[in-house]
Amino acid sequence: MNCIIIDDEETARAIIQQLCSQVDELDVIEEFPNAIQAIKFLNKNEIDLIFLDIHMPDFTGFDFIDTLKNPPNIVLTTSDKNFALEAFEYECIVDYLVKPITLPRFLKAIQKAQSSARTISHEPKNNLSADTASEKNELYINIDRRLIKISIPTINLIEAKGDYILIKTEEQNYTVHSTLKKIEEKLPDDLFLKVHRSYVINIKKIIDIEDNSVLIAKDVIPVSRSNRPELMKRLNML
Amino acid sequence: MNETPNLIYIKELAAGSDAFEQKITSIVKREFPEEQKEFLQNYESKSYAKAAENVHKLKHKIGMLGFEKGYQTAVDFEEGLKNNDTSLYPKFILILESIELFLKTL
Repeated sequence: MNCIIIDDEETARAIIQQLCSQVDELDVIEEFPNAIQAIKFLNKNEIDLIFLDIHMPDFTGFDFIDTLKNPPNIVLTTSDKNFALEAFEYECIVDYLVKPITLPRFLKAIQKAQSSARTISHEPKNNLSADTASEKNELYINIDRRLIKISIPTINLIEAKGDYILIKTEEQNYTVHSTLKKIEEKLPDDLFLKVHRSYVINIKKIIDIEDNSVLIAKDVIPVSRSNRPELMKRLNML
Repeated sequence: MNETPNLIYIKELAAGSDAFEQKITSIVKREFPEEQKEFLQNYESKSYAKAAENVHKLKHKIGMLGFEKGYQTAVDFEEGLKNNDTSLYPKFILILESIELFLKTL
């Protein structure tokens, strides 16, 4: 695999270079102290793998990925564990190495890169992957790098919690890094309704409605005044 | 502070390559004083966000030189500086001083 290294720190580039030298299949074509130089290089050259530092001045690793139309496989190298969630939003990112990088951990990343089925698009994966699954009443959510299948009709409600959403189902609750807007797109309109800026509910699960709230399982969910008419319209009222 | 700097990680990476070992120590010997100086300047001028950036870079070297608790101190100090919390400065400066002395022996 032809690869390049992008890192503003010379020490880090030298270490990755050394790690690469211990893998026969890896051929380091070039190394760059910043992403701008790498973009120019990539406009003219095709490579298989990039070792990319996230934390660089002016132009971060994520900014760099966003500029690439068809990013190759990327292994992120960072001294910061905090970007792991964001990293997982990109299909091209095959692994995430925290510095100082050890050889065994590096080899694992290379194995992942080798076995990774390359996906050309760098569209954010979105932690909620439905595709055709929504038609099958299934929704896959990404928790700790595991894709967990949820049966859509079993969802009681979804609550926004900052950068996360809490999905409450009949059996279990799940906290996922996503937004209400994103999950709404994956859910059938006839079953789900946003009743408040922080809540999407399954209208089939409503037990009762009182003034400006609905009861679903044991949860009392607020209904905003603007959403109440639509909710009432959806109910099969006598 | 119980930890002392060492070359265990670098020697493991080198896998017997003296050339690599020399190369990496010479880079660290050059980069570290510059990064340390920049950190101290930013810290003293209370530019804590910039100082946090400096700590971010320095923590890689701290980890490379065998500090485990020291690495965590750097992680926490970096986060603290982002919130103008300087309480870990005395601990962090001891780590830098210990590395400074160690590099002079190489």
